[in-house]
Amino acid sequence: MPDATSVRRFIEQFALLVDQHAQELTELDAAIGDADHGINMRRGMRAVIERLPADGSAPDVLLKSVGSSLISKVGGASGPLYGTAFLRASKAVAGKAELEPADVSALFRAALQGVVELGKAVRNDKTMVDAFEPAVDVLQTSLADGKSIADALAAAKSAAQAGSDATIDLVARKGRASYLGDRARGHRDPGSASTALLFAAAAETLQ
Amino acid sequence: MNKTAILVVSHSKILALGVKELASQMARSADSVWAVGGTEDGDIGTSAPAICEALEGALQTASEVVVLMDLGSAYLNTLAAIEMLDAPLRGRVTLADAPLIEGAVLAVVAAASGDNAADVRARAEEARDMHKLIS
Repeated sequence: MPDATSVRRFIEQFALLVDQHAQELTELDAAIGDADHGINMRRGMRAVIERLPADGSAPDVLLKSVGSSLISKVGGASGPLYGTAFLRASKAVAGKAELEPADVSALFRAALQGVVELGKAVRNDKTMVDAFEPAVDVLQTSLADGKSIADALAAAKSAAQAGSDATIDLVARKGRASYLGDRARGHRDPGSASTALLFAAAAETLQ
Repeated sequence: MNKTAILVVSHSKILALGVKELASQMARSADSVWAVGGTEDGDIGTSAPAICEALEGALQTASEVVVLMDLGSAYLNTLAAIEMLDAPLRGRVTLADAPLIEGAVLAVVAAASGDNAADVRARAEEARDMHKLIS
């Protein structure tokens, strides 16, 4: 079962993937947004790592710290969106030292709900929700079917990537790209790309 | 104490200060218009802690504050900033869904005539229907 050590590795792996893909995220954002998604997420995740509580902190303490750091440091919409996601995730696993399959399910479901409540985006708005929601749906179904956490997260990772791929053909109805109208079609949504990284990090670490 | 203060939130500090400067021409007191913009590092963006600080400042000078924002993430970071406020202050913040510059000017005029936050917000939101070209 994932514990505080795996949750810490998840956070560190997300930071690493964001760092490695920062240029790509910024280029995606340059096409249909304000060219800062990679820069903002990298700044945010660096602050997350700097401020991460010491070893021995429980999963919910770690996740809460991530949320607060992102809200403070990111500077774009992704700060409050990812920040709220992590704060909600923290609440969903409050007091747990080890995460059972149902806890993993609850963690990601709560994170998604935080994003949706704050950003009010629905599927096909060409936002991070297009990657986040299918990933959480697949995760929840797989775990309910008795699959292992590793297998369920691997399926969620694929679903997030597929959801992100599907944003390419969409016209944006939320976020900066919505100012572009039909010209946003043909470009991947940057937020969906960073969400795919979030699930990739989870699949690699939360076991 | 003023009845209603105005807070301008922009991705750009210069833009926020410029809107404040422009709108303040119509204000009765110098401390009734507040501005905040940019990230903590001075880049283009919005910062929830900085917005929170500005809200606290404005609420020391006025009973209520009406916030005008520029683009999408200014709104989301303002929501995050309200979450950071002490709970009793949160109910004293009103968000206006208005064009930034014209909205700020209308809001300041309404605030200077002693309107409460709900009326200031309504006045600011009328900016959407204002026309510049005279036909």
